[in-house]
Parts: sequence; structure tokens; C-alpha cells
Amino acid sequence: MTALLVLALYIGAFFGSFYIAKALYKSAFEKKGFNKLKTVTFGDESAITANRVASVISVIAVFWMWVAFTNSSIPLPKFPGPYSGDMTFTYTAELEDGTKDDATVSMRVYREDIQQTLDAEGNPGREPAPAEIEPGDGFAKNDSLTVARYSFKVVNVWQNDDVSKKDGSKIVAINGNPIAPGQEISVPEGTIGLTDKGTPTFEPAVGLRMARLYLPAPEVVLQRFIWLNKEGYQGYTLLEHTWFSLKRVVLGFFIGAIVGIPIGYAMGLTGWARGWFDPIVEFMRPIPPLALIPLIIIWFGIGEVGKVVLLFLAALWIMIIAARSGVSGVAIAKVHAAYSLGASKWQILSKVIVPNSLPDIFTGARVAMGVCWGTVVAAELVAANVGLGKMIVTASKFQLTDIIIVGIIVIGVIGFAIEVGMRALENWLIPWKGKV
Amino acid sequence: MPTLFSLKSRATHPGKKGIQVSGLLINDISMRFDLPNGGHVQALKNVTLDIKSGELMSVLGPSGCGKTTLLNIVAGFLAPTEGTIELSGDVVTGPSPQRGMVFQQGALFEWMNVRDNVSFGPDMKGVSRAESKENVEHLLEVVGLQDFKEKAIYELSGGMQQRVALARCLANDPDVILMDEPLGALDALTREKMQSLVLDLWKDTGKTIILITHSVEEALLLGERLLVMAPRPGRVHKEYRLPFAELGVGADLREVKKHKDYNSTREEILEMIWNMEEEIMGRTEESA
Ligand SMILES: Nc1ncnc2c1ncn2[C@@H]1O[C@H](COP(=O)(O)OP(=O)(O)OP(=O)(O)O)[C@@H](O)[C@H]1O
Ligand SMILES: [Mg+2]
Repeated sequence: MTALLVLALYIGAFFGSFYIAKALYKSAFEKKGFNKLKTVTFGDESAITANRVASVISVIAVFWMWVAFTNSSIPLPKFPGPYSGDMTFTYTAELEDGTKDDATVSMRVYREDIQQTLDAEGNPGREPAPAEIEPGDGFAKNDSLTVARYSFKVVNVWQNDDVSKKDGSKIVAINGNPIAPGQEISVPEGTIGLTDKGTPTFEPAVGLRMARLYLPAPEVVLQRFIWLNKEGYQGYTLLEHTWFSLKRVVLGFFIGAIVGIPIGYAMGLTGWARGWFDPIVEFMRPIPPLALIPLIIIWFGIGEVGKVVLLFLAALWIMIIAARSGVSGVAIAKVHAAYSLGASKWQILSKVIVPNSLPDIFTGARVAMGVCWGTVVAAELVAANVGLGKMIVTASKFQLTDIIIVGIIVIGVIGFAIEVGMRALENWLIPWKGKV
Repeated sequence: MPTLFSLKSRATHPGKKGIQVSGLLINDISMRFDLPNGGHVQALKNVTLDIKSGELMSVLGPSGCGKTTLLNIVAGFLAPTEGTIELSGDVVTGPSPQRGMVFQQGALFEWMNVRDNVSFGPDMKGVSRAESKENVEHLLEVVGLQDFKEKAIYELSGGMQQRVALARCLANDPDVILMDEPLGALDALTREKMQSLVLDLWKDTGKTIILITHSVEEALLLGERLLVMAPRPGRVHKEYRLPFAELGVGADLREVKKHKDYNSTREEILEMIWNMEEEIMGRTEESA
């Protein structure tokens, strides 16, 4: 249900913000530069540039949706939340001889995450005590209990009554409405029902927002981020977890590149090397690195060596293929020109083939870095002592959803940073790419 | 335009055993390509040519008559199935800086700037930059690119790129310059300017130049000697000796085109090639 609501809202936001933005920011929808003069751009992919207003709204929309579905303290419109506070309901007990008596149940509904919230002094909150009440008259006495949001309470109303359930006291009405076992009635604060055996239950209303366990609010995740940097988790700070993961990726990728690029060149330059490595490369290439993890753990254990070997293997085939296609991409005219300008074989390699293959190698490196980054996290999920994946998987065992979300965001941001960094490096090192 | 007198002009070469041999000898060349399907293509059959040192020869012929194959054999990239190539008495066995190549396009090194492209040959020989600098700068001036030394190749127009290719070839001071449709990708106006440049370079350096072209006009203007090749098998069909190249040096090429023999020769060659194309079409129709 909620998923459909999310989808509907998201689609609504997509189209709605388009019309609103179009009305408000006309300039963001104008074609720029040379495209201004094009009369038809539908179908002309080169004329399409990302509308940055859309990007900004898109990020805001996702953030807002996040806020709207949580009990966040961020002042943005949110979906109806769960009930919390004090409420009461009455029950009517009936004895076997037909005598009836009413009593009131006071329910104090408190935040389910009270122990994880800190007050101004930094002390964690405590579960509140039940409200003070008078016992009242009759054989049925008033009760006072507490219940956490998103949970459910079985109310043993007889525990202070003069006549117990065993002795024939039955609940026949709630708030004056007759009720039979197995039925329930709704009140604004939640649902009151009777179990099949006739015991009252109370379930506070939850609204549409999600409990912290399922989706922590943005500020909770931010606090957790700060805390992870200060206190750390599992003996390492967030920075250390990140550093270990990154170090493995960089190390594995570099060894993969250092071994793979010469092999790729050799495959592009000599028939023997191509024949020799072809079966290995073609066999290993389709095997996802993740499928190698069990074997790697058996061979190398769960330490650093195993991780680096895995990432090396993840990068190796990609780099071999990139270097090989870099060689095959050299226009024969360039090689012939170099020969007839007096270049030796070694000079052909170093002055023509290597620079000419740089664009391909860079494309390969970008792919390899992405694959390595994905693989390292997965490998750490399976087995590791430290690393972002390890942090996430341990947190999931303790249902620390906020740590999991911090981990996912860090992984995403670093993956994105790697991509952006590689692109910048590429533009700087290979300015001629795509211009020939 | 600066002259090229500073470039060494080698009209003759000391050949083997000190005998003065000169020029390029294409000696009864045949070339047969075996196809993977078991068939074969006779790309050239018994081609013999004696090209004097300093001669400017243009080669014309319908597509597929073996022009590129012939040039690749002379350059040393292909070994002929029969016959030999001799340059100054030495048998050609592979590519060498004596025989420079200018390709149609895409043979410049994009990862180097204009100057580094031009000094590629001297660099490969191990000549220091200090030594080659003067010559490289001079050549850039000759081709009119002195202000573009530091520019990247992809920043140049097609015509400029071909001038870089010419300068790069000349920087090596080859005895023979082989050009495979060097101006084919240029627009008509740029092409005309480049034709004058080629003529001037030829006169000033005295290089032997073989130039393949698809344009009959270009072949007339840039050929002291004009070779018309015929296909299947590729062979020399007819040879002309023409005055236009000599007349065109330092002159307006449009004036040269007004020469009384120009149009008649052009018509004759066009007719010849036209007939060859017709014949090819007819033959393929028959075999189809
Ligand atoms: N490597 C090769 N393998 C097989 N056949 C070849 C090969 N190279 C060229 N040929 C054939 O040899 C013949 C001559 O080719 P070539 O490229 O020399 O022609 P050309 O005169 O340069 O043509 P164009 O004017 O189109 O450039 C053609 O029929 C071609 O198909
Ligand atoms: Mg050709």
C-alpha cells in the first residue's frame, strides 16, 4: 500500500514539478548555445542537456519523501504520524451472576526510540512510568499502563480487579460498545480489541510514518554519522572503515592494472600471447568476482590478502581487455606513418600504441574502479574485520538501521567521487579523446 | 612563401660500390592476395617503372586497380609476390625513413602538438631537439603553420592537418615521398592551395614524389609524369609526360588550366577511365 503511495507521489512530483518549474524558471528550459538555433530537438540526443532545476528538485523530492515518512524533527510537511501521549478507554466487566462494573484503562503511549534519544545533557531517554490513577469503585479497578509506539499491548485488566478472569469476570464492552472475543473497535488513538480468549488489547495508531527501526529520520542518520566519526563502530571510526575499503580497492585495482595492461598489450601485439591468454581471459571474464569469494576465503582467509587478490582479479580481466582493444584501435595509418618516419618496434609501442590506447585504458580503468568498489563492499559483507561492508553487515545484525544508511550513503558518495575523479583525470590526461 | 633552399636537395645518391645510381626502380612487380575463401585477387601484374630522382609522378585509376597496393609495396609495408623495388640500387625490404608517407587523413599523432608531430622523425633517430629545432621551425614556416606550433592536432582544420603531415614527412628528409590521396578529404579551395604547396615543395626540395589521386585535374597538375592504371589485374595502362607541373611552380594554377593541351588531355583521360569503369560494371553484371 505504502509502496503504491510512494510511487504515485513520486510520479506526481515528476510531472507536477515540471509544470511548476516551467512556469517559475523559464530560463532553465531554454535551449542553450548552438542548440538555440535548432528547431527540432526531439530525437536529437546531442541537443539534450540535463536540466539542473530538475536535478535539484529531484534531490529535494527524495529528501522530502524521506522526511515525510519518518518522525523527523525537520519542519517539512509529513504524513500523519503515530499516536503518542496519554489516552484512556473504559471496559465493562460482567460476572457470571450478571453484575457489571466499569473501569478505566489509562494508556501512556511513548516514543519507541526513547532510549536512543538524548536529552540536552546527553543522557538517553527512559521509558516513562504509567500515569498515577485512583483505583476507583466496584469490583473492576482502574488500570494504568504504558506502551511504545508501533507496538502492541495485551492489557491484563484483571490483575488488580476484585474478581479475576478465572473466577468468571468477562469483558463485554469497551467504551460502552458491546464487544465479543476476537473483535476490535477503532478509536482515534488506535485499536482496542479482545483476544480470542477475551483479554483486551491496545495497539496505538501508527499513521503512515515508519518506525526508526525501519527508516530513521535524516537528522538521526546525521547524528549517527557524527557519532561514527567520533566514537566509531566495531573498534574503527567511519573514516577508518572507509579507508580500509578504499585502500583495498586502490591496491587491488593498481595491481590488476599493472599486470593486466602489459598482458593486454602483449595480446594485441603477438599471436603467441593472444593464443596463450585468450582461453584464460575468455573463461574468467564472465565469472562475477563475487562468485570467487568463497574460494578466496578458503585460500586466503578473511584478511587483507584475500580482499586484494579478489579485487585484483576483478580489475585484471577488465584491464586486459581494455589494453587489447586499445592496441586494436590504433589506425594502421599511424603505425605505418611511424615506421616510415624511422621508428623502431619499441618506439612504435611507446610513442604510438601506448598513447593511442590511453582512451581505451581509461574507459577500462573507470569500469574497473566501479566494479572493484562494488566488489569490495560485497566481499566485506561476506567476511571482514573492518571496512564499510563489515560495518553495515554488523549493524544489520543489531538492527542499527541508521548505521546501515550512513554506510550506504558513504558507499554511494565515494563511488560517485571515484567516477567524477576518473573523468576529470581523463579530460586532463587525454584531451584529444573523442575529438578525432 | 619562404623558399626551401636550406633543405638539402639530393638529386643523386652514392649507390652501392660507389657507383652513382639514382631513382626508384619498380621491377616487374606482381601482387596476389590469397583470400580466406580459397580464391585470390590479382591486385598488380607485371608493373615495371623507372622513376628518376626528383621526378613528380601522379597515379590515376579506377577504384580497386591496385594504386594503394603499389604504394604500400614501394613504402615497404607489403612484400610483392614477384619482382623487386630498388631505391638507389638498394632492394627495399621494409619501411624506412628514406621513403616518407603522407596519408589521406588520421595518420597524425593526436597526443602530440604540431611541433612534436613534425619533429617525430628526427626524435626517432635520436637527433636532439636543439639540433632539429631550426629545421622543424623552418618547415613549419614553409607550410605556413609557424603560429600553430603549440596547438593540438584536433584544433586544426583538415587542410592544416595535411600541411602538418607534409612537414612531418619533410622533417625526415626522405628521398622519396609517397602520397596516397593526400588531398582527398579537403574542400576544393583548400585543395587548390595545397596543390600549389606540393608543387613548390617538389621544386624546392627536388624530392621524388609519387602521388595517388582520384582527381584527373589534380593528376594533371601534379604530375610531370602521369600514370593511368587499369584494373583486374592491376597494371599500367598508359603513361603521359606533361608540362603542367613545371608550369604550375610558383604560378597560378588556374592559369595553367588554360593551357591549350590541358582540356584535351583531361578529356582523353576521363574518357579512358570512364570506359574502364564501364567495363568493370559490365563484367560484374555478366558474372552476376
Ligand atoms: N589485404 C588485402 N587482402 C585481399 N585483397 C586485397 C587486400 N588489399 C587490397 N586488396 C584487393 O586488391 C585490389 C586493389 O586494392 P587497392 O586498395 O590497392 O586499390 P586502389 O586502387 O587503391 O583503390 P582505391 O582507389 O579505392 O583506393 C582490390 O581489389 C582489393 O580488394
Ligand atoms: Mg587506395
